[in-house]
Amino acid sequence: MTKGSQTRELPVRSDDDKRDFKRELTQVVPHLRAFARGLCGRPDMADDLVQETLLKAWAAQQRFEPGTSMRAWTFVILRNAYLTDMRRNRFRGEYDETVAERILTAPAGQEEPIHLSDLHRALLTLPPERREALLLVGAGGFSYEEAANICGCAVGTIKSRVGRARAALSSMIQDGNIPDRAIDDPTAHRAILEELDEVAAGRGESAATR
Amino acid sequence: MSKPDVAKEGEPEWTTGLRRLYDSVLDEPMPDAFADLLAKLDKDGGR
Repeated sequence: MTKGSQTRELPVRSDDDKRDFKRELTQVVPHLRAFARGLCGRPDMADDLVQETLLKAWAAQQRFEPGTSMRAWTFVILRNAYLTDMRRNRFRGEYDETVAERILTAPAGQEEPIHLSDLHRALLTLPPERREALLLVGAGGFSYEEAANICGCAVGTIKSRVGRARAALSSMIQDGNIPDRAIDDPTAHRAILEELDEVAAGRGESAATR
Repeated sequence: MSKPDVAKEGEPEWTTGLRRLYDSVLDEPMPDAFADLLAKLDKDGGR
């Protein structure tokens, strides 16, 4: 977040500032949990990721600019932590049958229920960079510009990723071609590892709060 | 930040499902582990 070549002096935060920061941080926890769940699939791993994010955010609070979006700022931290974990552990999206079935209910007035378990599973077969783009824009309600800032890439790249993710999901759902388990699907696995290689090559990780 | 639970014109139906997946997590009660962690942050003094 530095501007030009100048090094910006970080302001000393008052107790009020810290209280405000913590209040805002607390408010975004549900959103962090939702984003993390979408990224990695397993609730327990997602919550571990959120806890890691909260600790990193707290340690880096002087770099947060009051008045800007706490949700966007913490999503960058969560995303970077997720990518780091993926690189270390080859961690990837896993589908939790129990959780997906629990939320498998049709909304009122809808004749043909959307099978959220299918959708969840299909989502987790997407390469992570497309999955996160779709989660940010399609579920989290971020604009393309905001999502691009979070992911540290161009707006056009985000639009392309969202478009490809949407096309892939539509195709899978229309054709009923949804893998039984994301983790067991060789096509998804290969795509994910290819994306990871892209990230490992230095592309795709946002530098905002690293 | 709540979003309508209907697909926008021209969007496939699954797009509402995607939002519901996200919103279903927002509606969950926050586990105690998070409250404990947030309380602990204060004791660390907010470096």
